[in-house]
Amino acid sequence: MAYDKQRADVYAQEHSLQKFEGVFENSPQLKKKSDKRHRKLLPSLEDAVKASGLCDGGTISFHHAFREGDKVVMQVVKVLSDMGFKNLTIASSSLLNCHDGLVEYIRSGVITRIFTSGLRGELGEAISNGLMDVPVQVHSHGGRVHLIQTREISIDVAFLGVASADEFGNANGSHGELSCGSLGYAKVDAQYAKYVIALTQELVDFPNYPASLSQDEVDAVVATEAVGDPSLISVGAARLTKNPRDLLLARIAASVIENSPSFKDGFSLQTGSGGAATATTIFLGEKMVEKNIKASFALGGITGPIVDLLNKGMIGAIADVQSFDVVAAQSLRDNTAHTEISANEYANASSKGAYVDRVDVVLLSALEVDTAFNVNVLTGSDGVLRGASGGHCDVAAAANLTVIVTPLLRARMPCVVDTVNTVVTPGETVDVVVTDHGIAVNPNNPDLEKRLHDAKLPIMKIEELRDLAIKRAGAPSPIEYTDKVVAVVRYRDGSVVDVVRQVAQ
Amino acid sequence: MKIIKKGMAGTLESSDVLVVISPNNDIGLKLVLQSKVEKQFGSAIRMCVKNTLAMCGVSDAVIEVRDQGALECVIKARVEAAAYRAAGETNSRFEVPS
Amino acid sequence: MKLRRSMMFIPGDNAGMLSNSYIYKPDSVMFDLEDAVSLTEKDSARLLVFNTLKANLYTGIETVVRINGVETPFWEQDLDMAVRGGVEVIRLPKTENVSEVREIEKKLEIIEKNCGRNVGETKIIAAIESAIGVVNSVAIAACTPRMVAIALAGFDYLVDMQTSRSSGSEPELFYARAAVLHAARAAKIDAFDVAYGDVNDEEGFLREVKIAKNLGFNGKSLIHPRQIELLHKAYAPPKEAVDHAEKVIQAAKDAREKGLGVVSLDGKMIDPPVIHEAERVLLLAQNS
Repeated sequence: MAYDKQRADVYAQEHSLQKFEGVFENSPQLKKKSDKRHRKLLPSLEDAVKASGLCDGGTISFHHAFREGDKVVMQVVKVLSDMGFKNLTIASSSLLNCHDGLVEYIRSGVITRIFTSGLRGELGEAISNGLMDVPVQVHSHGGRVHLIQTREISIDVAFLGVASADEFGNANGSHGELSCGSLGYAKVDAQYAKYVIALTQELVDFPNYPASLSQDEVDAVVATEAVGDPSLISVGAARLTKNPRDLLLARIAASVIENSPSFKDGFSLQTGSGGAATATTIFLGEKMVEKNIKASFALGGITGPIVDLLNKGMIGAIADVQSFDVVAAQSLRDNTAHTEISANEYANASSKGAYVDRVDVVLLSALEVDTAFNVNVLTGSDGVLRGASGGHCDVAAAANLTVIVTPLLRARMPCVVDTVNTVVTPGETVDVVVTDHGIAVNPNNPDLEKRLHDAKLPIMKIEELRDLAIKRAGAPSPIEYTDKVVAVVRYRDGSVVDVVRQVAQ
Repeated sequence: MKIIKKGMAGTLESSDVLVVISPNNDIGLKLVLQSKVEKQFGSAIRMCVKNTLAMCGVSDAVIEVRDQGALECVIKARVEAAAYRAAGETNSRFEVPS
Repeated sequence: MKLRRSMMFIPGDNAGMLSNSYIYKPDSVMFDLEDAVSLTEKDSARLLVFNTLKANLYTGIETVVRINGVETPFWEQDLDMAVRGGVEVIRLPKTENVSEVREIEKKLEIIEKNCGRNVGETKIIAAIESAIGVVNSVAIAACTPRMVAIALAGFDYLVDMQTSRSSGSEPELFYARAAVLHAARAAKIDAFDVAYGDVNDEEGFLREVKIAKNLGFNGKSLIHPRQIELLHKAYAPPKEAVDHAEKVIQAAKDAREKGLGVVSLDGKMIDPPVIHEAERVLLLAQNS
């Protein structure tokens, strides 16, 4: 029977289906042969913003893999301000000191709402002093994905800085001059944003592999002069710290882990960045070698010492949501046992399977811990926003052994207190607090306390640590706040675990 | 102890305090405090500075204190050293307060 | 019996270090008023150390103040401060002869009386830092019951000897180490080996610790907190030694309970020095 288009059209109409109107009717991008391959490559950020259809009141998103070296956020916000946008919501996976300049754009009404994991520097201080009318929503790394999936964060345009991209949008953080390693946070934005712009200072030939952000997620590619400063990306020092107090804390923390029931062949770990954490990784690695105990995988923000253990065969695999230094970034690029994972895979409580669920031991820091073992990593002892929720509550909740490491005092400020200024990680998910004056074990874990005690570690009650801090420093006056809420602390499941109020002047 | 000139002691390093004491022409004590732990320990620091000056017998002086989270024993030591220097006394008295 | 493995130096004008160095738990802490403090800060360092001593931050750790030498205009005020502050030990730098110690002793007695401390309570450690000091160390070590230890200090000594530090077997310090150690042991007091200057060279430090330990030194002067744990670990007795010491102590205890005058273990008689050594081994084991 001969082809009868009319019959097909009638059938389509009768069955409410779309009728065929030509091969390019719904694929206009293929109409112009000269343009179809280059169509995503836009000449400027302004063009990309125009193409995105962003409106006043919209939500823009960023990732923080470039950390203090990030040049994307300020660049984009300036362009949006110059283009006259108002009333925008920023949803960045975190904000750091390099984003102090946002204060100006909040004052001018370009930005009116913020979702972030962290707030620091002048921005944190200004917000603590009541800069914004709408409180900032502070989420964890896993919690951010939850908020995106439940549409509380509905990203209109994601501006994603990458180390390299091809003109079709295949992009990664591991290949290129500006290597930041994993794009674990950006992967989520690329998946969920209505419009995705990849910004790169290194445009490479198609196809760019690996495609951490894939061409089927990216709407536009913009080549820009600089997306980041590589010298400021690295936060973890691969060398052993020279700070004697960090070394002391690390020795104790490594002994705690060594003597815990979790330290056995095939265990898994996350240790994070910072002097004490890096040193703990090194000391723990020595004990792993000494006792021939191998870890199945290491998770999280990855540093050089973790990579070193992978290379020595003491760790089987690395799941990397964020690479903290050059060594980690290079390993992600070169070693097939080192895998990039998204924030959803990393830590989202409502994902079908998060890596944190399989972590045995996690080492975390704190600004303050209280006698109920609640941890504050967000506000300083003066009540001002100067930290980040990060993956803290995510891993603490899921790990079998959560170790918090903090000095008892920072200069004169007690870090073990009656009640923390802000709860980010609930105490019931914390097992051990390691300080330079002694170790406290959560009373809900008496077996662990006995084991550490038997190992002759300096176990004290958390209340004794608090008292010792006061004995050294004196009792601090409580911080005075106004009734105005400046930030809402969202637990990983989206619930409100605490609020941060404006600091009284 | 009479303050006759400007005396300075301490540093701006963490856990230290910089104290500058100058004459105040017989019109009492004037204390200017800057501290990174002002909110939590401001009144304790003021009290410590004043008590220390009283122990040294200083009643008229301008005292500028820039505190970097020093413990009380450090604040005391720096105030004493600045006071001795401002009074032109080279020999400190190591009195044990009862 | 007191362990003197680690004597950690803290510059007397460093407020941050004075405020928290007790967390490293050295056996002894030495607040330095001498070389670490510039001439213009002697007064403020003295007050800082005084107030630190009074704050009792270093409980359980032997407190030592290194005063300026008797040839300086500072030492009397240093002593006055340290004794009134309640220090346990005075470290006398560059000790060359007994008369210097006598001068310190005389002054100590006056201050102790004036501030209500028991006469003789403040102990002395003489630092030997010159050829003449090494030669006179036998007399210095035994000249007063206040003397609890001798400390060899290498830097000035080696200049005096017209040589410098080498690495490896360190022949340049061999005589001085052996000499001051004999002086100390003959006087039944403790002995500290020289400080190791390169804090980043763990290997070199441990090599030197081994030499000192094998010679018989109680410990070393230390210039960085991270050396403390390394040192204490190196001085930890092996398990067999601890097991044997436990048996000796048990045997001594059994003999005492049975009212026996003679202690024996596995059929062999044990002398009091062996029991003393066993106690020392157990103390080391408990604190490492």
